[in-house]
Order: sequence, then structure tokens, then C-alpha cells
Amino acid sequence: MTASADRVPVLAAHGITKRFPGVLANEAVDFELNQGEIHCLLGENGAGKSTLVNILFGLYQPDEGELAVRGERVRFTSSSDAIAHGIGMVHQHFQLIPVLTVAENIVLGAEPRSGLRLDLHSARVRVEELSRQYGLEIDPGEKVENLSVGEQQRVELIKALYRDAEILIIDEPTAVLTPGEVDEFFDVVRSLVAQGKSIVFITHKLREVIAVADRITVMRDGRVVGSADPESATPQSLATLMVGRDVILQIDKQPASPGNVRLSVSGLEVLDDRGSTTVSKFDLEVRGGEIFGIAGVEGNGQRELVEALTGMRPPVGGHVEIDGVDSTMGTPRAISAHGVGHVPEDRNKHGLIGAFTVADNLVLNSYHRKPFARGFVRQQRAVEDQAVDLVERYDIRTPGILIPAEHLSGGNQQKVIIARELSRELRVLVVAQPTRGLDVGSIEFIHRRIVEIRDQGVAVLLVSAELDEVLSLSDRIGVLYRGQLVGQFDRAQASRDEIGLLMACGTTEPQAATG
Amino acid sequence: MTLPATGQDNEAHKFVRRYFDLQPVLVPICAIGLAFAIGSIAILAVGENPIEAYAELLKGMFGSKDRIAASLGRSTPYIGAALSVAFAFRAGLFNIGVEGQLLIGATVAAWVGTWSMLSDFPGLVLIPIILLAGVVGGGLYGAIPGVLKARTGAHEVIVTIMLNSIAVLYVRWLVGSQDPVILRDMTASRPQSEAIPDAARLPELVSGGQPLHFGFFLMLGLCFVVWFVLQRTTTGFEVRMVGASAHAARYAGVRVNRVIVLVMVSAGALAGIAGASEVAGTTGFLLPGVFLAVGFDSIAIALLARANPFGIVPAAILWGSMLAGAPLMQQETGLSIDIVRIIQALVLLFVAADVIVRTIFQIKRRDAEMGPLAEASMGSQWGAAPV
Repeated sequence: MTASADRVPVLAAHGITKRFPGVLANEAVDFELNQGEIHCLLGENGAGKSTLVNILFGLYQPDEGELAVRGERVRFTSSSDAIAHGIGMVHQHFQLIPVLTVAENIVLGAEPRSGLRLDLHSARVRVEELSRQYGLEIDPGEKVENLSVGEQQRVELIKALYRDAEILIIDEPTAVLTPGEVDEFFDVVRSLVAQGKSIVFITHKLREVIAVADRITVMRDGRVVGSADPESATPQSLATLMVGRDVILQIDKQPASPGNVRLSVSGLEVLDDRGSTTVSKFDLEVRGGEIFGIAGVEGNGQRELVEALTGMRPPVGGHVEIDGVDSTMGTPRAISAHGVGHVPEDRNKHGLIGAFTVADNLVLNSYHRKPFARGFVRQQRAVEDQAVDLVERYDIRTPGILIPAEHLSGGNQQKVIIARELSRELRVLVVAQPTRGLDVGSIEFIHRRIVEIRDQGVAVLLVSAELDEVLSLSDRIGVLYRGQLVGQFDRAQASRDEIGLLMACGTTEPQAATG
Repeated sequence: MTLPATGQDNEAHKFVRRYFDLQPVLVPICAIGLAFAIGSIAILAVGENPIEAYAELLKGMFGSKDRIAASLGRSTPYIGAALSVAFAFRAGLFNIGVEGQLLIGATVAAWVGTWSMLSDFPGLVLIPIILLAGVVGGGLYGAIPGVLKARTGAHEVIVTIMLNSIAVLYVRWLVGSQDPVILRDMTASRPQSEAIPDAARLPELVSGGQPLHFGFFLMLGLCFVVWFVLQRTTTGFEVRMVGASAHAARYAGVRVNRVIVLVMVSAGALAGIAGASEVAGTTGFLLPGVFLAVGFDSIAIALLARANPFGIVPAAILWGSMLAGAPLMQQETGLSIDIVRIIQALVLLFVAADVIVRTIFQIKRRDAEMGPLAEASMGSQWGAAPV
């Protein structure tokens, strides 16, 4: 919209092909970025977005194809070549040193000197200038470890601008932000564009793309499969393009018919690894047949809460009851045997053992029970029979049940965990970040399964950093802010804005709706 | 099976892959070959013919029935000690303490064997008692690093290294002290413990300076037991879970600390029974220093066998027979026995730094469930973090 077609693109890639052993990561990809536009690169995990931007930033060299900056052909052998051509990149995972100050982080690798000495004063002055110019409010003397995630992102942006970047590549910038911070971030991006910068914005969130993009390019399986005009695009049309088939974004579910309280938590207090109180005065009741979703920015006690409920982190105060039985100090095994399923947030650390076979992972917490063991002796036949059954019922795509789980895709690994936890006799299901990093197809499948288990009368506690996921799955919603439940809503009464506000500051007076 | 079968994935292929899969032994075999190749340079350098030297070595190892028996006899303690290391490896623990556990096991066995109240019992009673004494001694000595790790997180490598020194010096005192006399046999000219009764001696298949005794078959049996426990029992599944991912094991309801203690006690017991079988089988008394470096060599053997209980048998036999065969090579060629030690060190080097071998022989990495061993061999991280 802001760019006319006859202008020379500031950054162009033609016919980019990149192969990794066994994978064609990019195939004949064309990509253009015009002066002063926000160009969104949309696609699922593994679609080839990261490969493409890593090539644009000189981190990978393409096997075929060429790059051009302002019409001039270039070859980048490293990221410093890209930086020299005015390209800056903000990575999804920040590359900052926590114990150094903002100014020190920004100048790192391009330090201003006077003689042999580091000239920190002029660094600070320059950082202040930049932050004024682009509306990126930051204190250059503050240590990075004291900054919020949103502020750290600003530091990353200034770092790129400090190196005179005219073209900014921003990778999944909103994954870690609250809804309010996302809006602020979009304002910053718009002001950068207004001052002549050009931006490549990588994301898989459809709503954001439509809100901020001037142009949209969609990738799938390493190829560009289409472009879309943000004026006319809808989340549905973009999702279809991204996945290659019609996708049900809205989960098709009946209204909940809640039964008795199955999970009851009162006054829960939990410490984190460093011994400071991370969850406090936490009260919650979840009924059979309903999904209670806990929204919140990551790091507000979600992990500790889930671990306390599942026995992995004994709480220091309060009570947890499952179907009227006290399970506060239960071991993971006792709680699991009592009918609590747990889909852990970190599937590679807790949920799976990558080196073990799919079949063994499917009995990871029931290997000692009949029919998988008789006394001390494991019954391989029973383990394999169950694996064959679950692989089929849960559509786990694997070359075989005796393949190490690490060889499966993320979506199929998660399906292994879902199959294991949901196929048991359950009273309560605790699900943490169930679809993080998964493709749309797997997300759809897993969401459907969670709703199914709800309809069987299980009480489901869903903890997710994806507000969209909480909103679309839950029957009731609470917001976790600094370890406390600061609001509880019926889904019908929950407004996105209000929840966003609670996630960001926890201050809006919550309208406790039902119990 | 309802799984989608790809074209090449038929039964015949599966059969071949299961029973004729050379991949796991490729690196160790190449490492051995490479070690002998480089060893021949050392032999050439002192002006000898390596082919002749290796031929004499081979003759010394397996040249006659007696030599084969002596080689197997010499290998016996290495099998048990390497099993101890391998079992701990599978739980992500690096049992450097096998040297000390073996020595304590042997000492307790030698001590219990001389109890006068036992002297009238027949061998069928005495032998199990003595072997059990070794199990108890080694097991308790293994329990120390296990409990310390489970309770305080103290790293088992550090603790077991210290315990090795303590064991060596303590046993030297127990057996060597003349005032007071503790275990020393005052009729012998050198420091050694009193001999156990003849009835307590393990039966010998082939006698000689280095007899082949019943202990060899006991060790073979233990290999099967360890394999069975690891692969077929729930306890073994827990051990492998802890080794592969302590976090996931905890999530799955395994009491990780209990497994750590259990594994260290079992590893100590395996080392202890190896020590006891040597006392009851080879010498009949305890000679401090006779086990010198058996524990450390067994770490190399476990590594060579890639912690596979059945792989340990050929690896330990290779190790023990080389030591048994070296004197003939020295006698015939004038080469020092130390050549064998150099070759063994090279084998260990190439197995531990398997990148060298993989690069030279173009072997691709395909490690399943070798977590701790792969880590150990890469020298990056020893053992699993306590939870």
C-alpha cells in the first residue's frame, strides 16, 4: 500500500533454494521487501520461514538463488556482511547479557572507543538519541536482568538501529508479550516505518498479521504458496493458505454441562526453584465436564502451579483435593494413580524420553502396572499391543512403534503424550501449553481431544500462554498474575481486552462470575 | 500391525537389522584395529617387527588350551568390574569407585572366609557365604556415594575417587599391619591376609598359575542377570529412565533418588562379588595391590562394550588375555609388556574420543539410548544431574 510497484525493492531474494540433509528447507523462494513497508512472512513451524530469514541475514548461504539489496546483487558470507548492508535482525530468543547494562548490551561488538578505552559515555548518549527518535523508551544505565520482556525487546530493536539498520527482520516478536505490550509494539513498528525503515515481520499469528502488515507472504513446505492483501484477508483465508486445506479455527463444541467439583484448590502456596513464593493464596474449583483456562504471561507461576497440582513440587501451604480426596502432598505416582492426567509444558524435558521407543513412551508412567508388568517383569507384548492401538487411535504418524520418539515431529511427539495421558481412566486433566510450536493440523486434533475428554466428565485445567487458545477452548477463564488468580470469568462474559489488562497489570477489579 | 509399511520395511529387512546389525560394534572394532596399527609404529621405533610381536602376543593369549584358560581366568574380575561400571552408566552415573568397591568386597570376603566358626562347613555353604560377603562389602561401599548423591547432590565421580584412595590405603593397613595384627598372615613373608579354608575355594576347571575357576561362569551369569534386569524388568526400566532423563523419570513417578542409591549399591555389589570371586578362586587370600588398576581398566572395558552387558564379555576377554599373553611376547621378542598397556590405552582413547574413529572410518552416528555414555565419551558431562 505504501510502496508502489515500480520502485526497486530494498531487499530481494530470487529463486532461493536451501537443502539440509534430508530436507528441502527452501525451494525457489522469491521474496521482496519495499521501502517503508511491513512485510509479513506467515507460515507454520517448519514451513521454511526461519531458513529464509537466516539466509537474508547471512547466517546461511543459499544453495541456489541470489539476494539483492536496493537492486545491487550481494553475497553474504556472514551476518556481518548483512549488517554492513544495513540489515538488522531481532531474534525470537533475545541475545542479551543479563548482567550488563542496556547501553553495554547495545554497543557490544561495535563499541565506541576513545583511544584504547571503551567510550561508554558516548554510547549512552547515542542510545538516548535513538530511544527518543523512535519512541523506544529505555534507561540506558539499567541492567538488562531488571527489564521486563517487552523492554528487552526494545533493547534488541535499538541494538539493530545502533548499527544503522535500514531493514529490520523481526522473528516472532509477540510470542512473549501481553496483549497490551503487543499493541505498544505495533505502535513502535509503525513509527519505525514512518521514519523510513522497512520491516520483515515473521509470525504465525493470523490476527497480528492482519493488524499490522502492508503485505503478506505465506510459506508452506519450503515454498511460497501465495500472498494476500491484509485489507481483504481474513484469519480463515490465511489459515487455509498456510495449511493448504480448510481449517476449523473455531472449535466446534457443545456448551459445557458441569457436574460436581472434581478439582478443588484452596490457599495454595508454592515456591520456585530459588525458594521465593511464586504461587500464593491460590483458590480454584474445577467441575467435571468443564474446561477451566488459565491465561497469563509466562513466568507468573504457571509452571509451579501445574507442578504443585501434579505432585512434582510439594506446596508449602494450602490444600488440593481431587474428588474429595486430599492430594496436597501426593507423589507424582500417587496423584497419577488417582486419576490425574498431566500434559507437561516442556514435552522434551518431562513428557518424553527421546531415546526411548514410542511404545515405551506410551507406558512412561504405567510401565509398572498390569498388563504392562507382571510383578517385576515387563510384558513387552502388552506394551506393543497398546502402542499399536494408540498410534492408530491418536493418529500418531510414526514409521513404527519401536522407533525412538526423538525421530518424530513435534506434533506427533505431543500426540504420544496426549495419547498416554488421555487414554487412562481420568478424573482431572492438567494440560500445560498443549500446542506450543505445533502445526495447525496437530493443534486442531489436540483441541478436539481435550474437548472430548471434557465431555466424558473429566475436569480439565488448561494453562496456556496463548490467549487465543484459552479463549477458544475454555468454559471458564481465570488470569494468573504474579502467582495469584486475579480474575475469573465465564467464557461468555470474558472480554479479550479485560483479560489482556489483567494479564499485564492484574489491577482491573475482577468480576467473579460463577463458582 | 496396522502401521503403514514402507516398501523396504519387510520382515527380512527387520530380521537382518535385528541380528546382523554391525553398527554398534563398528566403532569398538575399528578402535581396536587403529590402536594395534599405531602400536606397531611404537614397535617399529624400537627396531622390532610388529607382525612377529603380534603373532607372539596372539600365541600368548590363545596359543594353547592352558593359555586360553589363563586368559579367561585373567579376564574374570574385569567382567564383573566392568558390569558394575556399565550398570551405573545406564542410570547416568559414572562409577569411578569400582576400584575401591572391588577391593572392599575382596577384603570382606577374605575376612569372613577366615572366621573360625565357619571352618567346618562344606564348600556348598562356605562359597555362597564368601561371595555374599563380597556383595555386602562392595554394596555398602557403593552405597556411600549413592546416598551422598541422593541426599546432598555430591557428585559421584568426586566422591568415588576419594573413596578409592581411602579403600586402597585402608586395606593396605588392614593386611599389612603387624602391630596390631588385623588381617595379616604372620607366617607369610610378605603382607597378605590369612588363607581361607580349602573348602571355600571356588572349583577350578583348569589349574595353573592363573587358574580358570568357577568365577568366570558366575560372571557370565551375572552378565545375563544385568541384561535381564535392564531390559526386562520394571526396575531396569526405571534405571534407564533415570539415565536417559531424570526429569522425565520424576514426571513419570519414579523416585529418582531411590534409584540412584539402588544403582550405586548394585554397582558396588557387582564389583564386590568380582573381588570375592578372585579371593576364593585365584589366590585364596588377599594380597593388597593384586587388584591394582582392575577397577580403572574396567571403566575402559565398559566403554569399549558401550555399556552393553553382553558386549562386556568379549571386551573383558580381550583385555585380560592381552595382559595374560604379553609375557610370552616379551620373552620371544624382547619387547616390553608395556607395549600392551600402550595399545590398551590407545583403544580407550579411540573409544572415548570416538569422533576420531568415526572420521577416519566414515561411520555415521546413530546413538539410541546411549545418553550418559555418549556424553561421557564426548567428555562433556559426567552423569545425570540430581533432581
